[in-house]
Amino acid sequence: MASVIVDRRPEKGKSTANRQRVLKRLDSALKAQVDKLIARKKLKEHDSAVEVSVERKDVKEPSFGLDPSTGAVGRVVPGNEHYRVGDKIPRDPAQGQGRGSGSGAGDGESDDEDTFRFALSREEYLSLLFDELELPPLLKKDLLEIDENRFRRGGVVRYGNPGTVCVARTFKASIGRRVAAEAQHEEALEAAEAELNIALADAVPARVRAAELALQEVQQRGADIPFLDPVDLRHRALVEVQAPRTAAVMFCLMDVSSSMDETRKDLAKRFFTLLYLFLSRKYQKVELVFIRHTDQAQEVDEDTFFNGTQAGSTKVVSALVKMHEIIGLRYPASHYNIFGAQASDGDSFGADSTDSSAYLLSQLLPFSRYFVYAEVGDKPENGATSLWSAYSDIEADHFNMASVRTREEVYPALAKLFQREQPA
Amino acid sequence: MQELAQRFTGSEWTLEDLLAIERICARHAERYGLDTFPNQMEVITSEQMLDCYVSSGLPVNYGHWSFGKHFLIESGKYHSGQNALAYEIVINTNPCIAFLKEDNSLAMQALVIPHACYGHNSFSKGNYLFKQWTQPDAVLDYMLFARNYVADCEERFGLERVERTLDALHALRDQGLDKYKRPRKLDTRKERAEQAKRLSAAQENMRQGEYFSVTPHAAPAASTEAVFPPSPEENLLYFIEKHAPKLEPWQRELARIVRKIAQYFYPQRQTQVMNEGWATFWHHRLINDMYDAGQIDQGILLECLHSHTNVIRQPDYARLNPYALGFAAWNEIKRVCEKPTAEDREFLPDIAGKDWLETFHDIMQNYRDESFLLQFLTPKLVRDFRLMNIQTREGLDHWTVNDTAGEEGFKAIRSQLAAQYRLETVMPEISVVRYGRDTDRKLVLQYQSYAGRRLIEDQTAQTLKQLRQLWGFDVQLEAVDQNGAVLKTY
Repeated sequence: MASVIVDRRPEKGKSTANRQRVLKRLDSALKAQVDKLIARKKLKEHDSAVEVSVERKDVKEPSFGLDPSTGAVGRVVPGNEHYRVGDKIPRDPAQGQGRGSGSGAGDGESDDEDTFRFALSREEYLSLLFDELELPPLLKKDLLEIDENRFRRGGVVRYGNPGTVCVARTFKASIGRRVAAEAQHEEALEAAEAELNIALADAVPARVRAAELALQEVQQRGADIPFLDPVDLRHRALVEVQAPRTAAVMFCLMDVSSSMDETRKDLAKRFFTLLYLFLSRKYQKVELVFIRHTDQAQEVDEDTFFNGTQAGSTKVVSALVKMHEIIGLRYPASHYNIFGAQASDGDSFGADSTDSSAYLLSQLLPFSRYFVYAEVGDKPENGATSLWSAYSDIEADHFNMASVRTREEVYPALAKLFQREQPA
Repeated sequence: MQELAQRFTGSEWTLEDLLAIERICARHAERYGLDTFPNQMEVITSEQMLDCYVSSGLPVNYGHWSFGKHFLIESGKYHSGQNALAYEIVINTNPCIAFLKEDNSLAMQALVIPHACYGHNSFSKGNYLFKQWTQPDAVLDYMLFARNYVADCEERFGLERVERTLDALHALRDQGLDKYKRPRKLDTRKERAEQAKRLSAAQENMRQGEYFSVTPHAAPAASTEAVFPPSPEENLLYFIEKHAPKLEPWQRELARIVRKIAQYFYPQRQTQVMNEGWATFWHHRLINDMYDAGQIDQGILLECLHSHTNVIRQPDYARLNPYALGFAAWNEIKRVCEKPTAEDREFLPDIAGKDWLETFHDIMQNYRDESFLLQFLTPKLVRDFRLMNIQTREGLDHWTVNDTAGEEGFKAIRSQLAAQYRLETVMPEISVVRYGRDTDRKLVLQYQSYAGRRLIEDQTAQTLKQLRQLWGFDVQLEAVDQNGAVLKTY
């Protein structure tokens, strides 16, 4: 048998199955780390691959082994320059453990570090992060099944607007028409010429004149055959098809009045980040709208939203009205899955709480896929803030609220928000 | 031949180039009588090289999380720049599969092809250990069988149960070796037929309740008194496969698979210095022959020599590099054959002045690291490497230099060095001494302590836990000293 060469490079992913297995085994260890990461990282950073480190003891493979620190040990060491027989060399645990050089095959298990690091892919990371989080059944069904009408190309038609002209097909039609028209014209021309010749032969001036005119007319008609005619026009047809809606918009609403201190804003940010990550896993494209409010609402960019300061009293309903306004202007509910996320310390005054609650229920929830309210910071002694009590009255499957007091509570709070409802 | 007239240059290569280099090597190797399996060179990516690491070069393996773990560790080391990847991996199969990394330059490929396809290949075809303990024709079939069998078990008995069984079996992998008995030949077809027989017989027994029969067997009185097994059994996995009271047939089959695979790598572990030295010697030789014949240009030769020098670098006071030691040892043998000194004649009278090529083949075929070093280490090599023999024992805070390179120290260094390559010095010797077959089914193992060395405590406890799970009854491990006195019971 002769020697052969095989190009194995196209065969990829041999290790994938075993990788999944070890990740599954490391599940709890990895989840603990991922929980820490979400608290530390910025929103954008969550997009790239995430490095985690794993303690070897979590994936230990025990075997019987000899303890190198016991018994009598002899060793042959190369490169001796200055020791003589009888010399004593201080015992250093690292000595003699130096890595052999060379191409490494064979001397595998010599390293005794306690941890090893590796990168999780974005998918693996997010699925660890959201493993136990699921949208409530109703919502989930909606997410998968709500369709929108989309236009798709489908065949060629005669009528349409100029933007949809199909040039190739139009020219094809034009050629056909011209071939037909010119053939007819040739015939007419020949007939007119023959008529003229007869008239000339007969030499009747009136008939000659008439024949000449007739010929001229036919010639004129021939020259009039247009290169392109409106009847040639062909348009690409657009047909309406139903397709699942894949675009989502997430409204971040935050109270930035002076009672929202840095800690509370920080908690709010984590809350938004987590929700964003979750949505970006579910939808192809998630747009973000940031609305901050004191006693009046403003749409701002992400940076201003989280870092800008503004003084003023609080009027929650202003932000809700702003959200409604923006939906009306830019995000028709027929095209977008609308998500609302509101963070506040719950302080509001007078009729504002009930106004907000009523407005949310009547004006926003009908359009929204989901709306969550996170109350950040400590609860007052009497148990509930005015906004909390007002929102508590809202009864809708796609509305939820949670209280978040510490960093560690952000993740469970959202877990609670998205947890699959237990069958009653 | 057209390809022999070809002159390689530059760093780019095509598959045809690699095949041509292999053909050129074949011509040169023929002159030295290197007998090889046909070569199957496979070009692979870095990631595939990592796959190879994980399954010790076997291109097919069953699924288990531990392979995933090793992949993560190795790829982490590679991607952080801690470890470079091997340029090639070769596995003793017939045909001999050599994995060549795609990002090797032409010169690197010209180096690794003779190294793997003629060096390692001829070694595994010729060396007695490989001949006795491995079946290069059958191993791939067997691995395929193992993979399918494990997958099948996972489907039938659940991923978790299979995984737990394999975890426990892997813990005992090093104790799954027949060190003295020669294993039976692997034959997948026979294996499958017998496995089916074993399975149905076991199921039959199971149905008849024989495994768990309440009424004791009418065993002859003599056997209840006698110790079972009659002589200590060193192959723990074999013993488990045959005698574990509670294992299901498929679990016994898994024990067999783990054992067979561990056994396959047994010769490799005992011939690292010889094998790497042999391959390094031959790539060095063949590269020079190719240059002399004008088949490669000076650029390629220099790049090859550069890597060659890196491969055989021996840092001072560090662990001995098997490539360096092996390469030097083979070169010394050649020198002793061709130009022996009075000293060589004294210490190596058997080979001094003999035909070097004949001697080479004879040594390659009939030795392993331990005996190779004991027989053929030369005083000159000990001096060149400036070897010294140091010793310590538990409780001392220093090493004592016992011997240095020189006339008096030579023999002591030689025997210490050879002992370092004896597997028993790195792997504990554990064997089954008693099995209460007709009583409480307790299993007693013995660890033969050597030079006062003890087992690693926590590892031993964990391994025993795994073993108890397989055995299903009590398992006890006794550490005994040379006189048989029990030092400790686990």
